[in-house]
Amino acid sequence: MTAWTWPNITDRPVNWLNAQLRRLPVWALYAAGGAWPAILLYMGATGGLGVEPITALEHELGKSALNLLVFGLAITPLRRFFGLNLMRFRRAIGVIAFAYVGFHLLVWLVLDVQSPALIWADIVKRPYVTVGMAGFLLLSPLAATSNNWSVRRLGAAAWRRLHRLVYPAVLVAALHFMILVKGFPVEPLIYLAVIVVLLLLRLDRRAVAWRAGGLPRPR
Amino acid sequence: MAHRWINDLTAEDATPFSAYMNRRQIMAGLAGLGLGAIAAPAAALAPAGDLTPNSWEEITTYNNFYEFGTDKGDPARYADQLTTSPWSVTIDGMVDRPGAYDFATIMDRMTMEERIYRLRCVEAWSMVVPWNGFELADLLNLAGVQDGARFVAFETLNRPEEMPGLRSPILQWPYVEGLRLDEAMHPLTIMATGIYGKTIPNQNGAPMRLVVPWKYGYKSIKSVVRITLTDTQPPTSWNRYSSREYGFYSNVNPNVDHPRWSQAQERRIGGGLFSRKQPTLMFNGYEEEVAALYDGMDLAEYH
Ligand code: HEM
Repeated sequence: MTAWTWPNITDRPVNWLNAQLRRLPVWALYAAGGAWPAILLYMGATGGLGVEPITALEHELGKSALNLLVFGLAITPLRRFFGLNLMRFRRAIGVIAFAYVGFHLLVWLVLDVQSPALIWADIVKRPYVTVGMAGFLLLSPLAATSNNWSVRRLGAAAWRRLHRLVYPAVLVAALHFMILVKGFPVEPLIYLAVIVVLLLLRLDRRAVAWRAGGLPRPR
Repeated sequence: MAHRWINDLTAEDATPFSAYMNRRQIMAGLAGLGLGAIAAPAAALAPAGDLTPNSWEEITTYNNFYEFGTDKGDPARYADQLTTSPWSVTIDGMVDRPGAYDFATIMDRMTMEERIYRLRCVEAWSMVVPWNGFELADLLNLAGVQDGARFVAFETLNRPEEMPGLRSPILQWPYVEGLRLDEAMHPLTIMATGIYGKTIPNQNGAPMRLVVPWKYGYKSIKSVVRITLTDTQPPTSWNRYSSREYGFYSNVNPNVDHPRWSQAQERRIGGGLFSRKQPTLMFNGYEEEVAALYDGMDLAEYH
């Protein structure tokens, strides 16, 4: 019996990881993404989310959505800097994130606010709700065009331009988080910092490429 | 002068565990009905008059005590690190007998009572808590309030080794609160040292916390180490953070909106996933007892 060695990959472990990831079907992501809100709802109904499950569910969904949005933003830098290729999953991550925002909104409408009269009042009066709604509206066209048909219809360039809306949307989501917490917003600021870094990485691709050792230094 | 206020509820109402079990069964039943119920729009408000105390679990696992973290579960998770014995409360300022009062000595001198009070958080949720404690007036009289004192300032323990939340600059620490002297001397105002006849758990403000039932919960400062009588209005933590959002008085008032939360309604903890909201009562239902304290005051300006 021979000792275990690295699988037969020529250079880096990341390639091995990429090879494993290629075996993971995208539908598995959708399945897991769909299961999570169902699990949360079940937990909420059976005491698993504590004694106040409505806010807990609202918070869990909001947090899950934000986490996925941030993860979606990280996919390009992860490939550029570490060679990790998650491009196949990017659409699924965006679509699942949007679904979570939708459930988050639904919990707010149906379980939290409850009375239709208060819904509009809250949207216009509570800045964090207004901002949250703006995030939802910014993400809606992206979710609606996250299919091959739309990419063909719009053309790749226009589609890509439209999907740059994700940048303001994620910033708006972070702002929403920042203004809804009480006290000094430690955790939201960490999210905001990560988002800003992920966005800055996109600003000057030439500089980025230079740092990665590709292009001559820009002047 | 204890026993100046009589509960509109009696000890018999505090049968938490059976009420709690019933509620659990109802919730389990709802879950069994399936998730279809989520689509049913919640229309009517639940009645506000129900004063069945919340369960021990509800009262002791859903807490705002930022010294232990901002999550509602953090206090229950981390507060067991807190040393509450020995404990003393410094009473100083405009009093005849300033000094450090040992907690055990205070307990010997005070008359313990049960008070079943509504607790209304500014975040628009509420509970009913069967407190055990004594009237703050009795403690202040022990120290001897001097003429000219007009306010009472309170301070929470500031011990970062045992209170992990203090490492975050969420608020300016230590947590401080304040009352006007007449509010502090009001018979409804108590220092609580127990819940359901048991020693108050650390996450609820052991060994001794203020309870002012007609004000938003953050006024009822926990784990008090200092009480100072003054003639000027003392700073209060949330007011210092945002005076627009949190006034000095912070009386529960369904007509004065908070920028973040509508204060017209509240959600009683324990109703599960499909809990209906109920209307919030003026002064949290203690209008008869306390409205006279604010005669002639504009309650929107002095919110
Ligand atoms: C871009 C879309 C959105 C994202 C990423 C998002 C994310 C979040 C996050 C991270 C939280 C805090 C969770 C926590 O503290 O653990 C939150 C809370 C909340 N969000 Fe959103 N949200 C979005 C849109 C919305 C919309 C459209 C609404 C309603 C119209 C909404 C209403 C709320 C409410 C009511 C809370 C709880 C506030 C509180 O407890 O005081 N959000 N959201």
